[in-house]
Amino acid sequence: MQGVARNSPFPHRHLLGIEGLSPEDIRHVLDLADGYVDLNRQAEKKRALLRGRTIINCFFENSTRTRTSFEVAGKRLGGDVINMSVAASSMHKGETLIDTAMTLNAMHPDVLIVRHPESGAVQLLSEKLDCAVINAGDGSHEHPTQALLDALAIRRRKGRLGGLTVAICGDVLHSRVARSNIALLNTMGARVRVVAPRTLLPAEIERLGVEVFHEMAEGLADVDIVMMLRLQSERMHGAFVPSTREYFHFFGLDYDKLRAAKPDALIMHPGPMNRGVEIGSEVADDIDRSLIRQQVEMGVAVRMACLEILTRDLGNGPPVP
Amino acid sequence: MNRLLFRRARLLDPESGLDSRGDLLVEGDRIAAVGGDLTVAGRDAETVDVDGLCLAPGLVDMRVQLREPGAEHMESIETAGCAAAAGGVTTMVALPNTDPPVDDVSVVEFLARRAREVKLAKIHTYAAATKALAGRDLTEMGLLAANGAVGFTDGVKAVADALVMRRVLAYARTFDLLVLQHPEEPSLARAGEVSEGEVATRLGLPAITPVAEVIMIERDLRLVEITGTRYHVAHVSSAAGVEAVRRAKAQGLPVTCDTAPPYFALNETAIGDYRTFAKLSPPLRSEWDRRAVVEGLRDGTIDAIASDHSPWDQDSKRLPFSSAAYGIVGLETLLPLSLELYHNGHLGLIDLIRRLTSNPAAILRLPVGRLAPDAPADLVLFEPDLSCQICTDDFRSKSKNAPFDGRPVRGKVRRTIVDGRTIFRQELQCPAS
Repeated sequence: MQGVARNSPFPHRHLLGIEGLSPEDIRHVLDLADGYVDLNRQAEKKRALLRGRTIINCFFENSTRTRTSFEVAGKRLGGDVINMSVAASSMHKGETLIDTAMTLNAMHPDVLIVRHPESGAVQLLSEKLDCAVINAGDGSHEHPTQALLDALAIRRRKGRLGGLTVAICGDVLHSRVARSNIALLNTMGARVRVVAPRTLLPAEIERLGVEVFHEMAEGLADVDIVMMLRLQSERMHGAFVPSTREYFHFFGLDYDKLRAAKPDALIMHPGPMNRGVEIGSEVADDIDRSLIRQQVEMGVAVRMACLEILTRDLGNGPPVP
Repeated sequence: MNRLLFRRARLLDPESGLDSRGDLLVEGDRIAAVGGDLTVAGRDAETVDVDGLCLAPGLVDMRVQLREPGAEHMESIETAGCAAAAGGVTTMVALPNTDPPVDDVSVVEFLARRAREVKLAKIHTYAAATKALAGRDLTEMGLLAANGAVGFTDGVKAVADALVMRRVLAYARTFDLLVLQHPEEPSLARAGEVSEGEVATRLGLPAITPVAEVIMIERDLRLVEITGTRYHVAHVSSAAGVEAVRRAKAQGLPVTCDTAPPYFALNETAIGDYRTFAKLSPPLRSEWDRRAVVEGLRDGTIDAIASDHSPWDQDSKRLPFSSAAYGIVGLETLLPLSLELYHNGHLGLIDLIRRLTSNPAAILRLPVGRLAPDAPADLVLFEPDLSCQICTDDFRSKSKNAPFDGRPVRGKVRRTIVDGRTIFRQELQCPAS
């Protein structure tokens, strides 16, 4: 068996969330990912770090972007990536979740990447598996690689995370992206605000270390980063907000509202965007202000870094009976 | 005739307030004499010298899900009976949410017959307030009561429609029947599965506002003001809920309520990292709510403690949090968890026993829950101070879903007697923790 570094810079078996990661852990991922950004821009992008490793993309919820991003990341590192989509309909009865875990486990994957519509489901899976697990989004809980890629995009443009003021705007209630970003930005010493109508904020959100605003002009005043969240269509028409028109009027990002932010404030969105609902097209496509395309690019680099970190101490010992 | 003499017990009779050392004589299925030295009267009886152990009326557990008929793989009348016996429970009252539900006289009769066959703890049942627990049409309350139903409730569901509830209460009043409510406004509860607050927000779990409880209680209380029906709020769990009942009692309304051990022994932090064993309905709440429940028990606002026994098999709980079933088993932990209130100085022993015996018996109008000549010989003998650990693997219940595994507690049932018959006995010391 290969020795395991005692002072491993990332002492975690899985990546289930940002909560629990130290500033050093986060910095380590970002530093490594920085290198992969350069690699990804070369013509020859392939590495052999994950040669012989099996990575299973196991998505219990529809996703194109995140799944593809992980797939590209795994393949660039030379791993074998298998995509498994478990249709939401056949998973309605959750009891098959543990059965699924057992089935996958028997295939001896090295890394399992999981997205699931229920908060906590990825952790439950990780307890039944003997491979590394990456949470690619669980319910309204966490989406750690999204927060890491957001942090990388910010750091590359602003040179730092500490001391920045970031406004997270929109459907915080249902957003795993918001929770992971709040945890990460607070850990790295940024100031975090949330801006949303009261129907889209969870109770006691201020206990997570954020300032709460219900008005865009106030919430965006002097911020460095404006992070917009996606509003899912089933929540737009009366359930949580009365209409897309009203939502855009008060909470959608356009140049008028953006004026409150710092002149060099940057705009982010985890995608996919609802243009004209939470973000106006002219702002989203502003190449000077919008980081949205860079976010996608950073996604692959961050996921390569995560795959490398979680597999490097696995060793290649005799098979476990 | 079976004659049994307990010597030198600490006799606890909440009805008379008796708490003193003495003897108790059982003859047949009745208590023959209580207190003092009964060696003469009990000369040829089987004699047990219990040397200071507590002897109290058997516990009356007013909220138990039996799962029979319909889900016998989770619990049955026999396994629940064994669990009750081990927990010192001599009377339990079943919720009507079986399959088929208890909304018909034939199901009441079935339960009574099964209880006679199994012959462990006494079993009574509530009947559904509405047919098929659907919240629309009244059940045959008069006939159901005449055949033994001790109260009317839709079980783990609230009667949502205010007009239906008004008619349930009014019709029940016609026959002076007891109506019980699961206190949760269903349209608010639809939003989630844990209580709103920091824990839910951190875990990203959909949450229910705590006022869902008091909204339902206050609606019902207004209806009770009109109808005058005997109304009981089941498992009160919030500060506002306790306060609403306190005010209604001060106002003189015929209202009573109970709570269950998790609501004074745990708060929402027990959910930890998505522990489905801590998923309850109503949900575990904040520490302030927990303290308000303790205070409600202390000042008598909360009349009774019920186990809220809800057996679920592994397949129902080993799931992502949102998919998992609500509830925990409680028959075997009812006494030791309740004794925490005594050991922590919140309640005197006799006051605690009253909330487990004579108070629920009075609400249900059952002739049990007291140590008095000619009362049924339903007794529990227990050590109040013995330290041990809860071990869910040792549960007699068919289901082991409880968040209390490994919890250090004090108090141990040593013998349970129903109608003079010993249905549980443990002479051994509790294994050291």
